[in-house]
Amino acid sequence: MIFNSRRGFLAVAASAAVVALTACSGGAQPSGPGGAASATGAGFTAWALTGGTSEKAFKASFEEWNTANPTAQVKSDFFANDAYKEKIRTAVGSGNAPTLIYSWAGGTLQDYAKNGKVVDLTGKLGSLEPRIVTSVLDTGKVDGKLYAVPNNNAQPVVMYYNKDLFAKAGIAAAPTTWAELLDAVAKLKAAGVQTPIALAGQSVWPELMWLEYLTDRIGGPDAFKAVATGQADAWKNAAFVQACQKIQELVDAGAFGDKYGSVVADSGADVALLHTGKAGMLLQGAWVFGTFLTDAPDFVKAGKLGFANFPTVDGGTGDPKNIVGNPANFWSVSASASPEAQASAIKYLDTMLFNETYTDTLIASGAVPVTNDAEAKVKASDQAAFLGYAYSMVKDAPSFQLSWDQALTAAPAQALLTNLSQVFLKKQTPEQFVEAMAAVK
Amino acid sequence: MSTRRGAGAQAGLRTGPSIWLAAPAMTFFAVFALVPLVGVVALSFMNWDGLDAPTFAGADNWARILTDPVTLDAMKLSLVLTVATWVTQFPTSLLLGVFMAGSQRYREWFSILYFLPLLFSSAAVGIAFKALLDPNFGLGSALGLDFLNKDWLGDPNLSMPTLVFVIAWSFVPFHSLLYQGAARQLPASVFEAAMIDGAGRVNTFLHITVPMLRSTIVTSSTLMIVGSLTYFDLIFVMTAGGPGNATRILPLDMYLRGFRAYDMGGASVVGVILVVVGVGVSYALNRASGNTKMESTLEGA
Repeated sequence: MIFNSRRGFLAVAASAAVVALTACSGGAQPSGPGGAASATGAGFTAWALTGGTSEKAFKASFEEWNTANPTAQVKSDFFANDAYKEKIRTAVGSGNAPTLIYSWAGGTLQDYAKNGKVVDLTGKLGSLEPRIVTSVLDTGKVDGKLYAVPNNNAQPVVMYYNKDLFAKAGIAAAPTTWAELLDAVAKLKAAGVQTPIALAGQSVWPELMWLEYLTDRIGGPDAFKAVATGQADAWKNAAFVQACQKIQELVDAGAFGDKYGSVVADSGADVALLHTGKAGMLLQGAWVFGTFLTDAPDFVKAGKLGFANFPTVDGGTGDPKNIVGNPANFWSVSASASPEAQASAIKYLDTMLFNETYTDTLIASGAVPVTNDAEAKVKASDQAAFLGYAYSMVKDAPSFQLSWDQALTAAPAQALLTNLSQVFLKKQTPEQFVEAMAAVK
Repeated sequence: MSTRRGAGAQAGLRTGPSIWLAAPAMTFFAVFALVPLVGVVALSFMNWDGLDAPTFAGADNWARILTDPVTLDAMKLSLVLTVATWVTQFPTSLLLGVFMAGSQRYREWFSILYFLPLLFSSAAVGIAFKALLDPNFGLGSALGLDFLNKDWLGDPNLSMPTLVFVIAWSFVPFHSLLYQGAARQLPASVFEAAMIDGAGRVNTFLHITVPMLRSTIVTSSTLMIVGSLTYFDLIFVMTAGGPGNATRILPLDMYLRGFRAYDMGGASVVGVILVVVGVGVSYALNRASGNTKMESTLEGA
């Protein structure tokens, strides 16, 4: 650009400065950006998620560690789900990761391990390793090496229902087949429930739970395993098309009401719909049981919250005991942390994770710890009904499929979520969905 | 119209302040705008997931992004948003601004009210509106007004108009302020002459106020158009590009590619397109309006 006068030149320069300043102060930084790097000496840092059942356990455990280790303090920050997922990747990529990295294992952990961003923990956690349920511990391994250890509870996806509304609509029990589910939807609608099934459509990932379960019930866990292992034409499996057809069948039946696109899971709106009696059913992870306990303790205490397995689909080959969800959340140790910080973090993991207080806090907040020795405590707890149910659900499951958006690497996971939301909006046919997913590399 | 201002600027070239006064600003600009810009152009020719070392990809990213239906759709949506923003905001803020320029007491009170949205950050506005518009727990259900309980942000046909409304709510005050200031500077003599000639309120507005506000109209329209091309925060907070891809305009496409799918190369391509279009549009607007001639529209000012 040619500046016709000094005034013009100054104006451009000034606006440039404004742009530059805005660029500095802008950007999504939910918390102190220097948080990760500010731990000194043998101290270490940790980032985790707000809400859910485990925040309390993490906080209590960190406090306990800090009291016992005044020279190696842990500094923790908690983030909302979506914000965290974006922030952590940038932090890990740029070498500013916290010492303890919270994750869902799966595709992300593979990326971290492949690029040497996380420490190999094999053999370093002698007292913790044998206590963890084997199938869950395996999720934290990449090529046989342990890169992440579980830090909370098994989180199968469960069908919750409001017993009051079921009674009002004349539904005797939780639906066990697809036909019964459609029937329940119709009865709830007839009873004046505008949203028979609560669904956090704006968050999109809760929509994925429907696809995961339906695909599993129709075609078994192998359908998605083929996708996750990168087999050619894996998306061409007929189970995916049929699952999408079932989803659109539900949408057409008005199962999710006409306002699910505005419901956000991060704020617990889907959970609120169920306990405020605006929705009859909710397909969500076991982690929202903690939200029910905090937000609507009376509702849970009065035994109005029902829970059940996902219904079967006629002609499907999947075992009805199969579950989907997250085997747990995981801690990894960042390779970019100082050796002292790494040593403290590993010591923390080995000595404090799932100790007495930790396990008690998890159980009290409605979560099943993934340790072999938790069963007795679960049975003795106030929430034995749900916790016992979730515990046996996990124990008896022939297959526990990790959530697809976590199992896949970032790019296909995003494509999956966007395309799936188009299916729910009926902007894509099941065939177009499969075609779009097959085209993703 | 006088051309004295233009002459003044010419004289300023010889006697004005030293060019070094611009050095701090230019340094900022170079470090925080030019250097990253060069980086983005370079990245647009590379594959990078944010973790590995970037690898050279040639023109692959460009070919891929320029044929990607999602990005092409994003371009269309950006255009729709820009036009809709201008069509809603320009008349509203012009009328409000000229109205507020009047010296009556009650207008000053109105001005203060109109000014309020300017005090809130975009993210706060987004979160507040998201809560108010929530069809299950929002304003509609609180007041028992069922017609407000629409799926405002979740219905692909409603989400874009809703965003246009909220964006207008946040930015009309700023543009009104521009027009208010400009309208207050208009010389009273012209209006008195018009009154003597028997021009009515509407004619005075259309034939005197609007033409004399030309420079302000150009400035404000440039800000609206370039602003909505690159608008991000409010939309990200309210819909994050959803439902589906219904509000995924170019800046969101860039962000979601870069920081959700970790396709930094593809995101950089979108970024470069945004910069080129943004600079091009503002330059074209400036040229088309003859603003570079630095003519004054204010007689005697």
